Amino acid sequence: MIAYLRSLGMLVRRSLRTHALSTSVTVFSTALATGLVMAVFAVSQQSRSAFAGGPLGFDAVLGARGSQLQLVLNTVFHLETSPGNVPWSLYEEVREDPRVALAIPYALGDNYQGHRIVGTTSELFTDFEYEKGKKLAFQPGGRPFDPARREAVLGARVARETGFGIGSHFQPAHGVERNLVEEHHHEEEYVVCGVLENSNTPNDRVIWIPVEGVYRMSGHELRGSGESYVPEDGVPIEEHHKELSAVLLDLEGRGSGFQLADRYNRQGKEATFAWPIGASMAELLDKLGWVNRILELVAYLVMVVALGSILASLYNTMNERRREFAILRSLGARRRTLFAVILLEAQTIALLGSLVGFGVFALVLLGAGRVVREETGVVLDPWVWNDAFLWTPVAMLLAGGVAGILPALKAYSTDVAQTLSRDR
Amino acid sequence: MALLEIRDLRKDFVDPDGRHTPIIDVPVFHLEEREQLALAGRSGSGKTTFLNLIAGILTPDEGSIRFDGEELTALSDSRRDRFRAREIGYVFQSFHLLDGYSALENVLLGMTFGRGADARRARALLESLGMGDRLHHHPHQLSIGQRQRVALARALAGEPRLVLADEPTGSLDPHHAGEALELMRSACRQRGAALLLVSHDDAVLDSLDRRLELAEVNRAGAES
Repeated sequence: MIAYLRSLGMLVRRSLRTHALSTSVTVFSTALATGLVMAVFAVSQQSRSAFAGGPLGFDAVLGARGSQLQLVLNTVFHLETSPGNVPWSLYEEVREDPRVALAIPYALGDNYQGHRIVGTTSELFTDFEYEKGKKLAFQPGGRPFDPARREAVLGARVARETGFGIGSHFQPAHGVERNLVEEHHHEEEYVVCGVLENSNTPNDRVIWIPVEGVYRMSGHELRGSGESYVPEDGVPIEEHHKELSAVLLDLEGRGSGFQLADRYNRQGKEATFAWPIGASMAELLDKLGWVNRILELVAYLVMVVALGSILASLYNTMNERRREFAILRSLGARRRTLFAVILLEAQTIALLGSLVGFGVFALVLLGAGRVVREETGVVLDPWVWNDAFLWTPVAMLLAGGVAGILPALKAYSTDVAQTLSRDR
Repeated sequence: MALLEIRDLRKDFVDPDGRHTPIIDVPVFHLEEREQLALAGRSGSGKTTFLNLIAGILTPDEGSIRFDGEELTALSDSRRDRFRAREIGYVFQSFHLLDGYSALENVLLGMTFGRGADARRARALLESLGMGDRLHHHPHQLSIGQRQRVALARALAGEPRLVLADEPTGSLDPHHAGEALELMRSACRQRGAALLLVSHDDAVLDSLDRRLELAEVNRAGAES
């Protein structure tokens, strides 16, 4: 039996080698299909996990009345604009709340070359964990900013892209987005006192300065009290003038989330409590589910094209191989043996394509991961297990068998006597 | 009991208009175990069809073919293939070696579907036929005489009890034809296989134990 299988293997191997070019093209198209299908499912799973269920660092965001999603996108992913501001007193209130483990202010308003400048407190570097047990770490020589100075801490990507290091100076520009037509720079100059290590989180894309610095930036008006107030140099800002874009929160247990959501979202009218953060993002991803379905559809179509190419490449060789089949039959090969040989060829192509497909998948995911990382700071990990890694090759193998049926039937129906007599 | 017994065997050619023309009409034919028989027939006399019927490549329209007492016409397609793989060795006029395979692989394929491929035995067989230094050569790298030897080795590889040879020396010059024929006869004799050879060459036909005119056996051939 082993010798028989070895002989079948030899027939398959020899045929694939004889038609090396068409075999290679077919294997490549199968690889492309397998890789794309796996990539679509993996990117979908990874995005959901990274944006909706991953280690986002904070449990909740408290911000201006409006969309929870906008609040989360703005403060956690540093995308979108702020829905509005909340008074400093809200931060004080929530910071004292026993249900809150950590409250970090978030004040947004400026940028430098498109990188967001966010005002906060140094607790972000000392107390905040973006993953369990992982705090934002400084590159050698760096330190948190002094709240009383015009100092800035750069995310790793900002430092890479601007070329700034410790001691570099810069002037913030007005607005969250870079204005390429008419960029207005503030008078104040900031000095870089620290650069953060890469955290593979959206925080890598941010410039952190003391929250007081945001208030005192030339041209900024404060409306925390409801009236316009322009801070003056050397004059302390009274707390009722201060305002924030949001407060980032770590909560004490899940029950706290329910209670605070009830307190701010149902009873209160001044703020929005975005909790849990993953739920807001999941809602967004669900809304964008149709994009994913279109991508899946395209991937399936590529799969169908690949199967068509297996069928065509094998079918096209059938005429030239008729003599081979007739000789094998004259040696005692059964019809079903020839049928099996062709099915095996189709499945070998599908198997090789699936194996190469893992390479295609890795390339696609590295490319997609790079784009996602550039745009959001979120890192996709191509090596996280996805069920598609198993079912895609298995489905490809089965479908390869189906694609082989028509050529196999042609081999099956070879007329031995007629073919050999033609070839005397 | 004869190794091969044929009675009232008939095979017609049906043209596209549905007209039947008899090609084979053999009332009786038999071949003994280990016998070496030559059938003389001119081109178009139904020689190849007759051999194909015996090998189970074609099925008769009527009649009986018994091999060692077993009725071949009653066998299913698949069992007939199995019978051919185990009991029949076939040497074709143009050898019909597989181009993409070496001499050794061609012989291995001759064993695969019968008693199983055995590389050591295939190698020994080729060496016994003087092909030891050409085991890994492909057909296009071999002379006609060498191809003939590979074809013979392939036919004998499955240890058949009957070797069918269809104009086996048709592609060889008289000197090589004589050598090849002697090789084939002695190889069959050594392995206890019967040999049924069809040819139109008197020199070949006269060198076997018994000679029959196909026209005497096949009434359809005699009429045509």
